[in-house]
Amino acid sequence: MDSYINIKVKVWRQAGPKAQGHFETYELNHIFQGASFLEMMDILNEQLIAEHKDPIAFDHDCREGICGMCSMYVNGHPHGPDSAITTCQLHMRKFKDGETITVEPWRSRAFPVIKDLMVDRGAYDKIMQAGGFVSVNTGGVPDANAIAIPKPVADEAMDAASCIGCGACAAACKNGSAMLFVAAKVSQLALLPQGKIEAAKRAKAMIAKMDELGFGNCTNTGACAAECPKSVSLANIARLNREFICAKFKD
Amino acid sequence: MWLKDSSIGRKLVMSITGLCLVFFLLFHGCMNVALVFSEEAYNWICSILGANWYAIVGTLGLAFLIFVHFCYAFYLTIQNLRARGNDRYAVTARQQGVDWESKNMLVLGICVIGFLVLHLANFWFKMQFAELTGIETSAFDPQDGAGLVKFMFAGNGAWSIVLCVLYLIWLAALWLHLNHGIWSALQTLGWSNLIWLKRIKVIGTIFASLVVAPFAVVVFYYLGMGIGMLLA
Ligand code: HEM
Ligand code: SF4
Ligand code: FES
Repeated sequence: MDSYINIKVKVWRQAGPKAQGHFETYELNHIFQGASFLEMMDILNEQLIAEHKDPIAFDHDCREGICGMCSMYVNGHPHGPDSAITTCQLHMRKFKDGETITVEPWRSRAFPVIKDLMVDRGAYDKIMQAGGFVSVNTGGVPDANAIAIPKPVADEAMDAASCIGCGACAAACKNGSAMLFVAAKVSQLALLPQGKIEAAKRAKAMIAKMDELGFGNCTNTGACAAECPKSVSLANIARLNREFICAKFKD
Repeated sequence: MWLKDSSIGRKLVMSITGLCLVFFLLFHGCMNVALVFSEEAYNWICSILGANWYAIVGTLGLAFLIFVHFCYAFYLTIQNLRARGNDRYAVTARQQGVDWESKNMLVLGICVIGFLVLHLANFWFKMQFAELTGIETSAFDPQDGAGLVKFMFAGNGAWSIVLCVLYLIWLAALWLHLNHGIWSALQTLGWSNLIWLKRIKVIGTIFASLVVAPFAVVVFYYLGMGIGMLLA
């Protein structure tokens, strides 16, 4: 049964991108375990405002696991200790009475901290702009049976497309690599007929941008897939490698 | 040059050089097992390799592979540390299914190369090098490889036991390096998909064991002999 717990929250506070950050620990009493993690953060911020202190800046938007904004590193895990969920889908019943919960921003050179727990994930947008699209307008909706696609292929493309660009993969990776994200975005298009035509060009452009932005080299530790809120598979990274290596050998 | 300037290109170099080294070790290990069965057979293999031109070309090729693998290992690791940024996480947790060795490939590689130096000094210097230069580097005839191995691993009293244990540590580090390295190399080459992902991990473990086992058999064989000689 859910009950009320008293907790301590140890949060990274950083006034701005250039400022020196530090941890601050806050006590929070009488938190219902049925509350979501972000509701707990809201209660904490109300408490801080009541004490005339600066509330904690953190990103959030949909609060239902689809926008990918809620980037928090909770107790050593991006999106917290539960698996296959985003921070906004995390509940306080995952924590015990008296526990100290450590909350940090994503830490990766390509995701600089803006303030407190908020980071600039524009790097992922830049990678998308480099090639994560189909160049031609496909026009109106064609008949679904006009282009037959085998079900397993369609499923794999859909699973890759479930990536919400949250950045947890690069945040979890000891090498600061964005490969799972790029692999998901390359795969969702490369698997389908409309996307296949530009697959080689896309892989080259997106990898070139990824390298330019200072993400690391993937060494296949698998931490990304283990932490991904959408369980995007490592098999996508193999596809990306294949696309890229074949494209380079053809040049 | 994309093999140097792109992250996947760098990984490709790592994986190709790594896999070539794996195949060499497989060959080397099989050759060593001959020691357990017959010393003459081992010496016969040594005589074929010895200082022939193909053995020398092979040795130079290996040195080149290790050099490239080593340089890229540092290049990659330094870039990755930098990509992580200046602030480290205060709390890091282990993820399920993420092997320890996959996060410590550089350390394991350095263990492997450290022992490699010892190994070259102990054997290569006294066998192929001695044969090439004609310089007398040990009391053993370069042709009598088996005698040398037996002396080092079994006939040298307590030192032999120490050497055997050192070699076993080396083999453990190598196994860990390969347990991650082999499937990782296949993944880098793109030889994986939803089904084969699980399979290549198993293949990696089996291959790593196949590479390490022949060496381990030889060490255990001489360790037993050495302990027997000490007790006698
Ligand atoms: C001589 C025996 C060695 C063998 C057989 C070997 C084999 C391999 C293989 C197969 C890989 C996987 C490549 C990939 O993931 O794409 C690898 C990766 C790696 N090796 Fe080695 N290696 C050896 C020596 C070394 C040495 C001496 C070092 C260190 C100086 C080293 C450091 C690394 C590193 C850092 C990686 C990258 C990890 C990764 O990409 O997954 N290795 N090695
Ligand atoms: S691959 Fe997963 S962890 Fe990475 S950005 Fe997409 S949803 Fe987030
Ligand atoms: S706030 Fe949208 S995914 Fe969490």
